[in-house]
Amino acid sequence: MAVESSLSRLRGLRSSRSRRTKQAKAFAYVVCTIIGIMYIFPFYWMVITALKTDVQIFKWPPDLIPLTPVWSNFIEATRYIPFWRYMGNTVVICTLAVIGTVISCVLTAYGFSRVNWRGRDVVFAVYLSTIMLPGQVTMIPLYIVFRNLGWVGTIKPLVVPTFFGSAFYVFLLRQFMMTIPVELTDAALIDGANEAQTLWSVILPLLKPAISTVALFTFLGNYRDFLGPLIYLTEQKQWTISLGLQMFKNMYGAQWQLMMAASALTMLPTVVLFFFTQRTFIEGITMTGIKS
Amino acid sequence: MRGLLFISPAIVGFVIFTIFPIISSLYYSFTDYNVLQSPAWVGVSNYVALFKDSLFSLSLRNTLFMVVFGLPIHLVFDLLMALLLNTKIRGLSAYRTVFYLPSITPIVATAVLWLWLFNAQYGLLNTVVSGLGFRTIGWLTDPKMTKPSLIFMGMWYGGNTILIYLASLQDVPSELLEAAELDGAGSVSRILNVVLPMISPVIFYTLVINLIGYFQYFTEAWVMTASRSGSAGGPANSLMFYAMYLYQNAFQFFRMGYASAQAWILFVIVLAATAVLFRSSGWVYYRSAK
Repeated sequence: MAVESSLSRLRGLRSSRSRRTKQAKAFAYVVCTIIGIMYIFPFYWMVITALKTDVQIFKWPPDLIPLTPVWSNFIEATRYIPFWRYMGNTVVICTLAVIGTVISCVLTAYGFSRVNWRGRDVVFAVYLSTIMLPGQVTMIPLYIVFRNLGWVGTIKPLVVPTFFGSAFYVFLLRQFMMTIPVELTDAALIDGANEAQTLWSVILPLLKPAISTVALFTFLGNYRDFLGPLIYLTEQKQWTISLGLQMFKNMYGAQWQLMMAASALTMLPTVVLFFFTQRTFIEGITMTGIKS
Repeated sequence: MRGLLFISPAIVGFVIFTIFPIISSLYYSFTDYNVLQSPAWVGVSNYVALFKDSLFSLSLRNTLFMVVFGLPIHLVFDLLMALLLNTKIRGLSAYRTVFYLPSITPIVATAVLWLWLFNAQYGLLNTVVSGLGFRTIGWLTDPKMTKPSLIFMGMWYGGNTILIYLASLQDVPSELLEAAELDGAGSVSRILNVVLPMISPVIFYTLVINLIGYFQYFTEAWVMTASRSGSAGGPANSLMFYAMYLYQNAFQFFRMGYASAQAWILFVIVLAATAVLFRSSGWVYYRSAK
């Protein structure tokens, strides 16, 4: 009797639930689409502005579809500033930072997860807490050190520190390494492999997804960085694309069609990168969220 | 020993790039230092001068405005979006891409784009506003509007947090939700009593990280207000944020001691704010370790 009544209650619940889920889904669908359009529209507005003449951009009401697209704006934008040179500088910094970060963080994460030593977890906790340190606290002494070394006006202050580990990525890689069964590395060690060989031939192949996440985030972080280059790249020929774009804005701020073309070209590599590596991105963010 | 070998780059880096700078920054904050001459000890006079510096207190107030209003608005918005995306709607990956895109594009480029969207006469936003028959808004020209405008813009950068929330929502065990439903809990009650407690560690994490981030708010406001001459801060300095004034003192006026004192005050404020968050984190529910 009791079983039957609770069964019928369950059935009633199921049907009312499916009705309510449908309504909830429709609501979610509508709201997400409206907000999604609002998210995308600035990008669209940027592209159509980049395709207009300097007269058309001030027209009211504005044309939502450029009837005579001025593709030459994109070429002109890359001539106002040495766009390709800045892009090249940026890619050099990003690539070196990726190499430095991956090497140093993998080694450090290995030392913090696979090797047992006294005080390891305490040292790790202290090390990890630096994630919360505002960059402003270390910014000035570091500038003075780099200045005394004669590194201001070079890319060294942006690149060299990456070879000494970064707490956040060490944390990500460590979390990932902890999921690799100890038996795997023990077997290699018993077979006579040393620690470095084990790291290279056993851990690294398994670590690939985490490494690509770290590489991707490092590349993107450096591509988007503004304050670092602003402080250290005092020579115009070394500027990154972000610095160049900011200077473009300060000099030719009223020529919106060229600024939008330059902005779009600056964004393009990150958007392309995202579309090719979506899965790595999503996994990386999931890692940061859940493991926190 | 072997372990120390592997972490030695990190230890060296930690000492050179973190510990040493923290300590020397504290030392510099008690000196007068213009980089060219060696630092001269001046006691607490930098701190005394800062408390009398009206631009300093304005920059602190502007920053607190973003922390007090921007931070909760953004996190609530991001959470609502994640809850909506978690209803198993079709085309989830397309939505995810749309919401995530603004947070991977370079900040300078998006700041320039928003400068154009906010443009008083020809910007998209005022085109819409006047198209609807309202008076146009001085988004970046009216000192009362500038910070709300940046908070509005900030909602566009929510992708990262939305995806973090979404991942943690997908991790909430469905048995728990079904059990709550059998007990007669409606969807609102399920969200309040099951979902939110389950993801509260993640909410707490985003709260701490974004709080620290807001205290360092720099690039967007700098790009949008800096002029060719290097001045920045927007109309009536309504967008002069803490990190901007610090940057100016350090790298434009080369008042390294003064800027170091600013950095240490920021450090103490951030530590205190984080401590308050951790103290009041009784609402965070940690699933017992399995």
